[in-house]
Amino acid sequence: MAMLEVKNLGISFGGLRAVDGLDMTIEKGELYGLIGPNGAGKTTAFNMLTGVYKPTDGVIKLDGEDITGKSTIEINKAGIARTFQNIRLFSELSVLDNVKVGLHNHYKYSTIAGILRLPAYRKAEKEMDAKAMELLKVFNLQDEWDYKASNLPYGKQRKLEIARALATEPKLLLLDEPAAGMNPNETGELMDTIQFVCKNFDMTVLLIEHDMKLVSGICQKLTVLNFGQVLAQGKTSDVLNDPKVIKAYLGE
Amino acid sequence: MTVMKKKLNKTTKSNLITYAMVVIVYIIVQLLVSGGAVSSLMKGLLVPLCVYSILAVSLNLTVGILGELSLGHAGFMCIGAFTSATFSKLTNGVIQPAGFRFFLAILVGAVFAGIFGLLIGIPVLRLKGDYLAIVTLAFGEIIKNIVNVIYLGRDSHGIHFSIKDAASLGMDADGEMIIKGPQGITGTPTDSTFTIGIVLILVTLFIVLNLVHSRSGRAIMAIRDNRIAAESVGINITKYKLMAFSISAALAGVAGVLYAHNLSTLTALPKNFGYNMSIMILVFVVLGGIGNIRGSIIAAVLLTMLPELLRGLNDFRMLIYAIVLIATMIITNNEKIMNTIRRFLPKKQAQPVKEETK
Amino acid sequence: MQFISYLINGISLGSVYAIIALGYTMVYGIAKMLNFAHGDIIMVGSYVVYIAVSSLGLNPILSVVISAIVCLVLGVVIEKVAYKPLRHASKLAVLITAIGVSYFLQNVALLIFGANTKSFTSVVPAVSLKLGSLTITAETIVTIAACVIIMICLTLFINKTKAGHAMQAVSEDQDAAQLMGINVNATISLTFAIGSALAAVAGVLLCSAYPSLTPYTGAMPGIKAFVAAVFGGIGSIPGALIGGILLGVIEILSKAYISSQLSDAIVFGVLIVVLVVKPTGILGKVIQEKV
Repeated sequence: MAMLEVKNLGISFGGLRAVDGLDMTIEKGELYGLIGPNGAGKTTAFNMLTGVYKPTDGVIKLDGEDITGKSTIEINKAGIARTFQNIRLFSELSVLDNVKVGLHNHYKYSTIAGILRLPAYRKAEKEMDAKAMELLKVFNLQDEWDYKASNLPYGKQRKLEIARALATEPKLLLLDEPAAGMNPNETGELMDTIQFVCKNFDMTVLLIEHDMKLVSGICQKLTVLNFGQVLAQGKTSDVLNDPKVIKAYLGE
Repeated sequence: MTVMKKKLNKTTKSNLITYAMVVIVYIIVQLLVSGGAVSSLMKGLLVPLCVYSILAVSLNLTVGILGELSLGHAGFMCIGAFTSATFSKLTNGVIQPAGFRFFLAILVGAVFAGIFGLLIGIPVLRLKGDYLAIVTLAFGEIIKNIVNVIYLGRDSHGIHFSIKDAASLGMDADGEMIIKGPQGITGTPTDSTFTIGIVLILVTLFIVLNLVHSRSGRAIMAIRDNRIAAESVGINITKYKLMAFSISAALAGVAGVLYAHNLSTLTALPKNFGYNMSIMILVFVVLGGIGNIRGSIIAAVLLTMLPELLRGLNDFRMLIYAIVLIATMIITNNEKIMNTIRRFLPKKQAQPVKEETK
Repeated sequence: MQFISYLINGISLGSVYAIIALGYTMVYGIAKMLNFAHGDIIMVGSYVVYIAVSSLGLNPILSVVISAIVCLVLGVVIEKVAYKPLRHASKLAVLITAIGVSYFLQNVALLIFGANTKSFTSVVPAVSLKLGSLTITAETIVTIAACVIIMICLTLFINKTKAGHAMQAVSEDQDAAQLMGINVNATISLTFAIGSALAAVAGVLLCSAYPSLTPYTGAMPGIKAFVAAVFGGIGSIPGALIGGILLGVIEILSKAYISSQLSDAIVFGVLIVVLVVKPTGILGKVIQEKV
């Protein structure tokens, strides 16, 4: 069964049809790219997948479960985690605490236990610390664990966002322009990390990206959006050589 | 996990300093009092100082930790004060010993204020920023207004209630008035002492500091820092907002209990339960540092003492207070001046910031 | 008949709230700050007229003009001294400063005039219009007329003049306005000047109708006008008018028919209901956060 199955997904804002008739199937373990010119509706599609917007029509199925129109929280619990185009960290919290917020629904103890520092609190906090450090190590952030998140350099903030998303133990990870603002070295490093996450966490990844080096380097399949509609879809190499796609990107 | 130990020690140490500060001040004041070095005026201020400290810490939970501006904190204090004073009047002499009755009164005040925090929080917390501020102010004023029209009495037939006047209670001649509209409650047992006040400050600190460093506290701060991101990792926004708001309200209720049992007459005036009071508490929180719990207590104590210390200047003291407020805000927000001041201060351990390697 | 008389009184009080709310709304729109001291400008304006009429025996109209000028200068000075240094500071810091300014004005007035209530002599001749059993005082007529005139002038000013356009631009986006060559500082000063002058006028009208003047006279009407501004949608000029009038009418009607002690609670209660149903007020703009 496909990890993500999107059928005829569409949304209108007033008269504007931002996304129209989007079909997309992502298999488990795939690294899938969603590309297209600015304003093509990529982030809007992400926002529908994560419940920020309610789709006007269409169906979204995650691992066979219909999640269309559910709330962001329900969708996260069902197994989709995301990062944001403009980084959204918990800026005043430490790097470690950012990841621990991601672990929120997996290590539970009551508020009373927290205030009274009961054994349940101590046990869960210890496990959370260990798990969070483990995740930080994947992204080479372990030495900065007690930094305030906003004090991290830009590239590391993007990584921390991915670590936080992974902490929610998703089935599908959505990355919104993970390489934006990174230099080529950082992008290269990021590509390795994404592939590592895919393999070692048994993760399915859908990413939006403008950096063609990253897209052609790691994505197995692509969907190209243009003016809210699918322009091309399929294997990365086929799609990138499609004359329609080239025209959409480079103009006439 | 040695690094982890270091971090835990750091927060534990900071918390211990806060508790120690309160205890040390308590001991010093007790020594001064027993040595006869404290004027009766200052003695009269001891319990109010505890009341303001608790209010400031509890409001900091809403403003600093949850990140929502509330201008109605005095309303919750008012609820705590009136419900607990009513309880004490009804049970005075019935529940023994008096200490236990007062303990129950504290719980009553906290629970009622907490429930109102929850009820008010449900509509209010949907709003944002200045809209939320004005609606909390509105709720505070409504509470104060309603308290002023409540008449409650007790006679051999039981309890009578009216929002018109004392006569419409229709009580027997032997009946006892408990709440008398604008004249409020008289004859509340004066159970509040400085020692109880200090204990309540410590309990408040314990609750707030431990909450902040727990799973729920992290969720609350995550919502403050970025609501959309918090939602995206599965945090229930409404639940945690309401939790912070109602705990904050319940603690303000505790402050109200302490306030009510320090006076023999309790009335709801603009001065003590109006928006002016809410604003005064907010001033403590902002001057003490948003989100800085220890700072809230220090600011509450210093700013309450300031007008008293300036009593010699009489007419000018509130004017000076106003100028201090404006000047503090302008100075602390001016980079140039702050940098000059920092040069004369002992160097603080700065947050390490590594340069991005290019 | 009784009802219509209450209604007219409500509209009259509401007109005063609307004039004050205009100042609030303009300052909020442009400086994005809750100017808590705005209510105290009303008080200052009233004291100026009180001195001018009672002590100096000046002509009432001249007194109002002097009062408006004094408040205009005061508003600009307050902005320059207290708010301008905090333009890039946190909202809370600005709010606390505004509260400080409010305390400052109240206590200066307390030092000069004392806490005793001064009885204000109305600037409007004590004549009234009789329509059958309905009596409308000259104050009521003048107040409502003043509100209408101010509203028309202000709308024309904002929509037709260069300075008005600059105000709109600055309230939309300060940085962009600056880049377009608009003098942001001057525009903000102008806004404070207009808002404060209006507060003076409102103060005079308020004290003519309710002639007791203390250093705290402005505080509650200030808060209520702020409520009116939020009611109508803060930042919106027609919103301030609608909010103000509604507030005045609700206040007077609930005083008359429900309970005079609970009238404030009812006013605030209606505000809460409006905001819960429409979180940005009646005419407020909805701004969606972009993800």
